[in-house]
Amino acid sequence: MKLIKIDQQNWNTGIEKAKSAYRVFGPVKEKNDYEFKVLGTNEMPDLNFRNTRLSPKSIIYPQSQVMFTYSIDETKDDCRIMKEVENVTSPMAIIGVRPCDALSFPIVRRNFDTPEYQDTYWIKAYEATTFVGLACNSACDTCFCTSAGTGPFGEKGLDVLIIKDGDDFYTKIITPKGEAFAESAGWGKKEQTDITAKIKELKTAAEASVSSTVSTDKLKNKTILDLYDAPFWEEEAFACINCGTCTYVCPTCWCFDVQDETHGKSGIRMRNWDSCMFPLFTHHASGHNPRNNKHERVRQRFMHKLKYYVDKYDSGIQCVGCGRCIRLCPVNIDIRKICDKMNNFDTESCKCEATSS
Amino acid sequence: MSKPNPRLIKMKEYTEKIREIAKRLLNDGIVDMVIGFRKGTLPMMNQPHIATCTDSADELMWDSNCGLNLANYVTDRKEKIGIVAKGCDSRNLVTHVIENKIKRDQLYIIGIPCSGMIDHHKITAMFDTDITSVKESGESITISGNDFSKKLIKQDVLCENCAACTHRNPVEYDELVADLVEEQTDVDPYESVTEIESMDAEEKWNYFEDLISPCIRCYACRNACPLCYCPTCFVDESTPQWVGKSQDPIDVRTFHLLRAFHCAGRCTDCGACERVCPMGIKIREFTKKLNKDCLELYGWEAGLSLDERPPLDTFKTDDPDEFIK
Repeated sequence: MKLIKIDQQNWNTGIEKAKSAYRVFGPVKEKNDYEFKVLGTNEMPDLNFRNTRLSPKSIIYPQSQVMFTYSIDETKDDCRIMKEVENVTSPMAIIGVRPCDALSFPIVRRNFDTPEYQDTYWIKAYEATTFVGLACNSACDTCFCTSAGTGPFGEKGLDVLIIKDGDDFYTKIITPKGEAFAESAGWGKKEQTDITAKIKELKTAAEASVSSTVSTDKLKNKTILDLYDAPFWEEEAFACINCGTCTYVCPTCWCFDVQDETHGKSGIRMRNWDSCMFPLFTHHASGHNPRNNKHERVRQRFMHKLKYYVDKYDSGIQCVGCGRCIRLCPVNIDIRKICDKMNNFDTESCKCEATSS
Repeated sequence: MSKPNPRLIKMKEYTEKIREIAKRLLNDGIVDMVIGFRKGTLPMMNQPHIATCTDSADELMWDSNCGLNLANYVTDRKEKIGIVAKGCDSRNLVTHVIENKIKRDQLYIIGIPCSGMIDHHKITAMFDTDITSVKESGESITISGNDFSKKLIKQDVLCENCAACTHRNPVEYDELVADLVEEQTDVDPYESVTEIESMDAEEKWNYFEDLISPCIRCYACRNACPLCYCPTCFVDESTPQWVGKSQDPIDVRTFHLLRAFHCAGRCTDCGACERVCPMGIKIREFTKKLNKDCLELYGWEAGLSLDERPPLDTFKTDDPDEFIK
């Protein structure tokens, strides 16, 4: 790992230089909020954001993605043959990824890149991307990254971590991919400097600013069915309107639906983000729906993130603590509250309560 | 000691009165549940809440952050329900009764004379850092964060629909939590519609394209709307599939336009759709135009009477148009 210090001038020229080798994405203010966009010539990432409204998930995994094309013209030899669309991704760099969002990529990778199955669309985009993170000097009230396996200076999932201190950019080059990016930005030859103490100081202050915590320590030892049958689901789900906000704004939600769209004699097969909040998500062709009720769908979302994933991968929760679902849920369903309820759920005390009432 | 502010007491009194009525209704077995709001985990975010016992009735509360429409939570329910309803909620309850989504005698309507809800999107956008508390006191709202505190006038930060609302009092109720408030008369709910009407076709097209461009199709607007109770929404139909599922602008546009037309003559402009939109889209620009048309063409505003059916499901033999006879 190499540690260098870059001033504003070098930062600007570096980002501009990198654009010749990478498609560079960065946060840009759009209307009232920040979104990740491809940066044009002389366009700089706007680092005054706290976090973007949506995570950078869609850069690697677009909301709608065409995978195949086909023809239904019977006179043609390739009628009804699925042809894979060109799937070559040129190098990309995302500047300003917050450490919480950075952690989401290794989490999502567990789904898209397994020994048995490799999702070529996701993997190619992921492998072509260099993640240049931006440490958070102060956390939002809804951030609970330190309870979710990372922190405001977390490095997991990042190739480079930038720590902003006034006009200076302290740059930690973490991986060979990060080194290549620094090289193309012209920062490669910069002398390593000793700013460790300063970074440590900033990191300690940033970590202290995370005011929100959740406990996840007891989730793994709970019995699935106890949690599944817990009495709080119906009450907690009452307010839910079953929209897709929480899942679409979540950096770690990876579910998609495959659709064919035919126009005239030709068509496309694509995938679109799907949401376990939607009744259609589990609607069987037979007409049966195993999650027909709202509380079953709400339970699924939290059980997947906080129990099934925990049990399957033994690597923490499927949540990075970015707090987007808390801020944007229209009816204030708060994952911190649900997580605490699950973590502290005690079957025995619940039984007593039920008997005594 | 200074005199307590009358409006401050009012909000607290609303809360106390709601709890008192809810407990009485539950204890006397008049209702099986009371639907209202409880305090949320974030400032300006209260949560719809179902109270079935006196303990959970004590969680019920009221302030200027109860902008969701609770009529949405009674659709097709079979129980006897006590429901807290401000002007717009009550109009949607009336619409629900007319459309057979609930029976009037299943409902015990706890009427809230409303002084408007505050716009959390607007307030959030005013500050660069987190808002940690929002306190109401009379006509003013104090917004505080870790290193700031700012006093705003409530009237300046009302939701747009509330600022121009002419039905703040519930139109149908069994009991009121307070005296009726004075209705606003000098407001124009259709100001922005008139502006859009004056644009040429291309400007209108660009305006609406820009309006819905951030849409992620989460359907929060639809799902927060008490009118959207179709067993299967047209966008969810799969046999046949009417609308594509991707981010294709044609499909996104189709969703917004068709949804608005499904609400024509039924929308009460409660603003729930805008309140819930995670992308901050001004969805009411569609429905307001249809509300204005219904008012101008039929002298109709939705949900004001249990005895009159909405214009688009009514036929009159004295209709001035020949083609329909």
